[in-house]
Amino acid sequence: MSTSSENKKEISQILKVLEDRDTNVVIDDPLENYMVLNMGPQHPATHGVLRLLVKLEGETVVDCIPEMGYLHRGYEKIAEASTYMEFIPHTDRLDYISPIANNVAITLAIEKLAGIEAPPRAQYIRVIGAELARISSHLMAIGAMAMDVGAMTVFLWAFREREKLYDVFDLLTGVRFTTSYTRIGGIAQDMTDETKAAIERFIDEFPTHHHEIEKMLNRNRIFLDRTVGVGVINGETGLDVGLTGATLRASGVEHDLRTFSPYLVYDQLSFDVITENDGDCFARYMVRMREMLESVKIVRQALDKIPQGPIKADMPKKVLPKKERVYTKMEELIHDFVIVNDGIDPEPGEIYSAIEGSKGELGFYIKSNGSGRPWRLKIRSPSFCNLQALPLMVKGQMISDVVAIIGSIDPIMGEADK
Amino acid sequence: MNAKKSWWNNPIMKEKIEEKLRAAFGEDILTVAEHRDELTVEVKRDRIAEVCRFLKEDPELSFNYLSDICGSDMLDFEDLSSRKSYLAVEHEHRPEPVPNEERFEVIYNMISLENKSRIRLKVKVDGENPICPSITSVYKSADWYERETFDMFGITFEGHPDMRRIYMPEEYEYYPLRKDFPLMGVPGSIPLPRK
Repeated sequence: MSTSSENKKEISQILKVLEDRDTNVVIDDPLENYMVLNMGPQHPATHGVLRLLVKLEGETVVDCIPEMGYLHRGYEKIAEASTYMEFIPHTDRLDYISPIANNVAITLAIEKLAGIEAPPRAQYIRVIGAELARISSHLMAIGAMAMDVGAMTVFLWAFREREKLYDVFDLLTGVRFTTSYTRIGGIAQDMTDETKAAIERFIDEFPTHHHEIEKMLNRNRIFLDRTVGVGVINGETGLDVGLTGATLRASGVEHDLRTFSPYLVYDQLSFDVITENDGDCFARYMVRMREMLESVKIVRQALDKIPQGPIKADMPKKVLPKKERVYTKMEELIHDFVIVNDGIDPEPGEIYSAIEGSKGELGFYIKSNGSGRPWRLKIRSPSFCNLQALPLMVKGQMISDVVAIIGSIDPIMGEADK
Repeated sequence: MNAKKSWWNNPIMKEKIEEKLRAAFGEDILTVAEHRDELTVEVKRDRIAEVCRFLKEDPELSFNYLSDICGSDMLDFEDLSSRKSYLAVEHEHRPEPVPNEERFEVIYNMISLENKSRIRLKVKVDGENPICPSITSVYKSADWYERETFDMFGITFEGHPDMRRIYMPEEYEYYPLRKDFPLMGVPGSIPLPRK
């Protein structure tokens, strides 16, 4: 009885409100409230397992928090338990789009720590490998970015070129994807004439296909509308939040480790550091496009200048001997055994060595305590640093621009999550 | 190593950095070490933010780009018995363990774009109560680097705006890169998703 009487009372109140014209029923304006959108980690445009929490006002991004760690495999911990040589294959899995560049970076760091220098031929081949990896990575970046803003064709064209590059890597390193090509003090195998011819064929043909992509995108109305003026970041802020690589150069900062502190043989090769001043998605696209042609230039010069000679340093106690000699000579057998089981024992100390990887400054900080395994190995991954600027870039943009901005930063989560 | 491979610091800068830092901070610059042509300056922990600000804002030095921050656990650093030898030699030499007050290190790598040089700063952090001042007020990029160091070593950065884990789950109890954390992990520490 009591419930029905209460119900009647409520209903009568509501009716009274409805009849009374001076009473207002206030409903919150839905457009005045923020909406929080969870983007990823399985979103196709987040380039892997990046998760973004985006706070929206209507369609405008008010705030954005990247969450990561979905691909965290603990490589720094693994490094502490493996010898220096054992860690080289793990670097393939960091930035899996350009594994040779990672191999070169880790090997240079180890060589610096142990005081080894690779012979000139090996250094030239490393340069060639790293630059081809850069082309491969930039093709992926541009293709994926174009697909994110709706241009499917470019993605397929870019992948056609990458397929040719994979064939080149196959000849050069023996594998297509996870190359593990470098060794401490040199490289795994020499570049044959057949490989050299294949690389030459690729760099001869590549500018034509590069131009096709340019024709498709550079003055494409839709592409320009989606990228020009989107995700702008200026150079000063970029430096402050730790932008690196092509993303930094697109904001007008001329910083490239290949000229900043020339490693390998970059000081003997002539190339330009590409910069753009706008700092938007289109500028980042343009920097990558132009850098690919510079890489072609570098590879061509390196192929011309490459000297004959050994591909491994002559330091028997540090550098793995040739396999034929291991099977036939006692001395080499002993060295092989000790290097593989014990490691190369660099003297105690700490170093930081970085190269201009495909995404930016790829550095390794290694601390040795004199044993065969690194005491601490820190990977300074460019994707991680670039992602830190993402909240700044997307603030005030539309929700659909977030996709274009992520594409223009080109993060690889294998590298960002380590 | 030939001359062109002296990579990071040009020699004039190296002397200048040391001179300037010693003049400005005196006793708070603990050691200046060099290994493979790289300069490592150890700084008193409480002064790290000021030293960073000085390095960044001094017009002649202008270390305007922070490239990395990382932590390091020095527990049993000198102990070579962890080295697996094929002869399984028992190391008799047992050096003094690193005192607990100096267990952790935080390492800062900086670049000066104008002078084309690098510097590494280092502070020692207590193992019992690992707290270090944050430098996010000087370099914005320190934000995530410090979060990563916190996640991996449990070093809390005082003054950091958002001190959360970055890789591991929020409720995770351990700090994986500490030397007393086992390589295989702690079974059951990350709950499996329900079936």
